[in-house]
Amino acid sequence: MAPALLWLTALMLVPCGLILALGFFRRGLYGGIEYAFTLENFALIVDPLYAGIFLTSARIAGTATLIAVIVGYAAAYAIAAAPRHRQPTLLFLAVLPFWSNYLIRTYAWIVLLNREGLITQGLRLMGYEGEPPSMLYTEGAVITGLVYNYLPFVVLACYAPLARLNPELAEASRDLGASAFTTFRRVILPMTLPGIAAGAVFVFVLSIGNFITPALLGGGRFQMMGNLIYAQFLTANDWPFGAAISMVLIAIMMGLLTLQAIAAERGAGERREGANG
Amino acid sequence: MADRSPATRRSLAVLLAAVFAFLYIPIVTLVALSFNDGGLPTAWTGFSVKWYGTLLANRDILSAALNTLIVAVISTAIAAVLGTLLALGIETRRRRGRALEALVFAPMIIPDIVLAIALLSFFSLLKFPMGLHTIILSHVVFNLAFVSAVVRARLKSFDWSVTEASADLGAPAFTTFRRVTLPLILPAVIAGALLAFTLSVDEFIIAFFTAGAGRASTTLPMQIFAMIRFGVTPEINALATLVMIVSVTALTLSQRLNKGVIAP
Repeated sequence: MAPALLWLTALMLVPCGLILALGFFRRGLYGGIEYAFTLENFALIVDPLYAGIFLTSARIAGTATLIAVIVGYAAAYAIAAAPRHRQPTLLFLAVLPFWSNYLIRTYAWIVLLNREGLITQGLRLMGYEGEPPSMLYTEGAVITGLVYNYLPFVVLACYAPLARLNPELAEASRDLGASAFTTFRRVILPMTLPGIAAGAVFVFVLSIGNFITPALLGGGRFQMMGNLIYAQFLTANDWPFGAAISMVLIAIMMGLLTLQAIAAERGAGERREGANG
Repeated sequence: MADRSPATRRSLAVLLAAVFAFLYIPIVTLVALSFNDGGLPTAWTGFSVKWYGTLLANRDILSAALNTLIVAVISTAIAAVLGTLLALGIETRRRRGRALEALVFAPMIIPDIVLAIALLSFFSLLKFPMGLHTIILSHVVFNLAFVSAVVRARLKSFDWSVTEASADLGAPAFTTFRRVTLPLILPAVIAGALLAFTLSVDEFIIAFFTAGAGRASTTLPMQIFAMIRFGVTPEINALATLVMIVSVTALTLSQRLNKGVIAP
């Protein structure tokens, strides 16, 4: 295992540590790095100009997460309710797109959404004669792309706790007179919350740090944190600021994952108490 | 789960059908258009494979495909060996610290863009010349994490008494590994390698940042990204279809060999 650990240390830990350090250095006069300690880069993040971009990307990522969680949970629920012998195939088909090429899956939406794309064609077939609707390069297109790309992940994360759920619990709840909705809200939902939370954290982090989907489906009009990092390194040449934004992204991820772990632990504790009491 | 009424069953089936339509219509559309003779999405003018022919005549695409193959094959081979050894090392340890788990898990969850800029900064500060070799070095990072995850999952249900039996019968450690352990975990190793190969073939962001200047080390996803910026063309549809076929074949094989690689 030593060679693998060495590889991960040299090509992941050290580079990430470097980024951490870089965030505290000053940008050089001609785009290089001046090795002088500063907190300017982090101050710049709360500057109204950039804070606005962060808020926009948090809103877009938040909307995408909400939609992906609702649709993904419903799909996972439907798969868990299907005949047992069909479940593996259904789950495999739901998750398969997630592991295939991200760029191509995003490009497929350009084909559907562009002005002379398939959706416009479909509308024409139904008798629509006006201007083609502008669907590409909108916030809706970016959200659709993010939901499309990360939905399978939510299905996977929610399926596991749903499949493990003891059917007798729901039956007991119904026998005791609870409605189907109450049973879902008070029994099924709490027990599957860790799966939902895990799915949500990843969709949110991957969305807010995205740069391909906003670049291709947003036409550069919507910047996410990922686009901002990309720009600092490849066009603006302000590596220290780019490194600082990356650190914020990692901090958001760690923070959300910690919250998720605490929630999962607490949920498990309550279940244990419930079982004993 | 609890018994459901026929109406509930039907609505769940409709819901699932809608989700699958959402997931697959974009991909199916793309594949269908790649066979459209006219090449335009506006009208179906007949079945044709001519757009696949134009791909073969495009030198940029061919050289990008070759680069991708080189990167994927070499990084997968290194990751298969290192990832398997890592999995064996971790699973045979009695105590596993949280730090070790985090280190091995990190490459799978760290946002690509962060790893990409971290590697770019690392290589440029070291003045390490960048090219295909730096893409390979970088791809091994996440590939080995995925291989080790798949092999570790297999080792969880591994009956270690067979290796003890082998040792008791006097086999040296390496013989036990070669004749007993490896054959038993081989399906998981190959499944993990197939997953790693797909991830490497499809990976864009890290390759984009660690490829260095110039066109020489352009990979297929980088080429596709550059082409997409010029809009929808029948060549991209054909190329995308071919890449999808490679991914889906490798992923399906992987899942067949070792249940649970792609989905439980």
